[in-house]
Amino acid sequence: MFSKKMIGALAGAAALALFAGGASAQEKLKVGFVYVGPVGDFGYSYQHDQGRKELEKALGDKIETTFVENVPEPDSERAIEQLARTGHKLIFTTSFGFMEPTVKVAKKYPNIKFEHATGYKRAPNLATYAAKFHEGRYIVGQIAGKMTKSGTIGYVGAFPIPEVISGINSFFLGAQSVNPDVKLKVVWVNSWFDPAKEGDAAKALLDQGVDVITQHTDSPAPLQAAEARGKYGFGQASDMERFAPKAQLTAIIDHWGDYYIQRTKAVLDGTWKSEDTWGGLDVNMVQMAPYKNMPDDVKKMAEETEAAIKSGKLNPFKCPVYGQDGKEIECKGNGALSDEQILGMNFYVKGIDDKIPQ
Amino acid sequence: MTTFEAILLTIVTASTPLLIAALGELVTERSGVLNLGVEGMMIMGAACSFAAAVTFDSTLIGVLAGIVAGVAMAALFALAVLGFAANQVGSGLALTIFGLGLSGLIGAPFVGARRDPIAPLDIPVLSDLPIIGRLFFEQDLFVYGSIALTVLIALYLGRSRSGLTLRAIGENHGSAHGLGLPVLRVRFLAILFGGACAGLAGAYLSLVYTRFWAPGMTSGRGWIALALVVFAAWRPAWVLVGAYIFGAATVLQLHAQAAQFGVPAQALSAIPYLATIIALLLLSLRHGRAIGAPGSLGVPFVPDR
Repeated sequence: MFSKKMIGALAGAAALALFAGGASAQEKLKVGFVYVGPVGDFGYSYQHDQGRKELEKALGDKIETTFVENVPEPDSERAIEQLARTGHKLIFTTSFGFMEPTVKVAKKYPNIKFEHATGYKRAPNLATYAAKFHEGRYIVGQIAGKMTKSGTIGYVGAFPIPEVISGINSFFLGAQSVNPDVKLKVVWVNSWFDPAKEGDAAKALLDQGVDVITQHTDSPAPLQAAEARGKYGFGQASDMERFAPKAQLTAIIDHWGDYYIQRTKAVLDGTWKSEDTWGGLDVNMVQMAPYKNMPDDVKKMAEETEAAIKSGKLNPFKCPVYGQDGKEIECKGNGALSDEQILGMNFYVKGIDDKIPQ
Repeated sequence: MTTFEAILLTIVTASTPLLIAALGELVTERSGVLNLGVEGMMIMGAACSFAAAVTFDSTLIGVLAGIVAGVAMAALFALAVLGFAANQVGSGLALTIFGLGLSGLIGAPFVGARRDPIAPLDIPVLSDLPIIGRLFFEQDLFVYGSIALTVLIALYLGRSRSGLTLRAIGENHGSAHGLGLPVLRVRFLAILFGGACAGLAGAYLSLVYTRFWAPGMTSGRGWIALALVVFAAWRPAWVLVGAYIFGAATVLQLHAQAAQFGVPAQALSAIPYLATIIALLLLSLRHGRAIGAPGSLGVPFVPDR
């Protein structure tokens, strides 16, 4: 919607004006962040900003941070370059759509370090990072498989893109591993953020016999719908327990703080290198909220699975993985699907009785 | 509760905010003013009502704050288009952009707060009737209010003297002015009424529908309300029908997906918009030209010139 983009542009411009004026002359390292959404979304951008705050807390005497929120993708180049010009030596751009602008600005400013989230293009001064959220989804799937009484679990999806589809598959494989007959219903809302519609989607699922739902959209609305109906759900991106104290079984939390601290330290002591980081539960980039509202044996199972994934003993996409037609998917990784296969996933696994919208 | 009942109940909640906002815009447009700022007034209503409801722990104060916020935004718009005879399209768009930004600022301290649901009215005996019981006699006050509002506006525009004045001003403000009708005063009140309704619709969204605040949470519902007024050919009863068609299409496409009908979700999501275009087409085939649109809609009025 163009009006949203315009407001984003205005907000971005205002923010630019603000920090352009307020630079201090100390020798502190300046670290910049560019967010695609508002920090108040209580989801994706909010979690990145929590990471920034952790960074400030940990290294506050040596650094200062700046963030620009609500930056629409067409305007991002300007926002990134503005940060580069105002003395920021390390810049995190946190949305997939910022990839090309980040590459462009990084080329122009070879002495500044850039970090781009969820992209795949790197340069000597441009690193990439992302999190293995599907690891969390496997655990959530197992819990759902155990907790469902109707045998049907539900998933509210934003858009049918690989990131969401691999999440659905991982969730379903988890559920199937503890409940072989489990059924999955998927509803797409074609939006990352439309609380009312997300809630309606969850209600539609619940009305059709689903009793545990999860979502890959940004608001707590689906979880809240589950709470209102006395059913179960999961938090997404952040701990959403306050919205649904009785319904939230756990939440998959994006946790960027440790990574931001580690990378900033590397810049401070001169050891920063351009690399690709795809961290999961093992490096704390993905965290699980406390397991609640479930029997002890389910909780124990979830904790064991979490530990197994952390230690590398268990991979949600361990081979063999079967496609919907029952054919085995070629195993390009080491005993599991390769990172590329997961990042580009465009098929449902066997047992999901639905089609991916084209 | 059967699935059928559950679907109907969801449709009612999905349709109500659209209906309330569209009714307000209908009155504004019948007076000859096009206010494209519905989305901005609505989201201000959502932010202010939620902030007030949490601060004072009262849904009633929240609802009032939502209405006041909508009216305040509308007053700003009225100042521009009536006071300075500014371009209505530009002013309306500016109002939407302004509202989206300001609501984010007002709502920022309330991100993550939550409210308990308000209890639906339970009319004894009647609400125990099968199917229609829960549907008709166990809704929240907003739902009954929105239907009452439809009837009142229809009566006002069709049967009252002042409603007739409002329509006359909307049809031809020059003649109305010549007859000594207070064009600017009537339009001012009509704009404020539109703002009050948009604010109320926003309050419904954040206090009843989702029960939390998040920036941008109206997600284009203000624009749908605008489309509804056109769909309804500026008639209150048809706004009611249209709002429920829109609500039903949104909810049913979600159900169709969950039931695995195998229709692409994107196509299903487009149904309400397709319905608007088809309705417009049918209407214009029947009447020849843009029927029902007030004659002076969108034209600035400057007295004595």
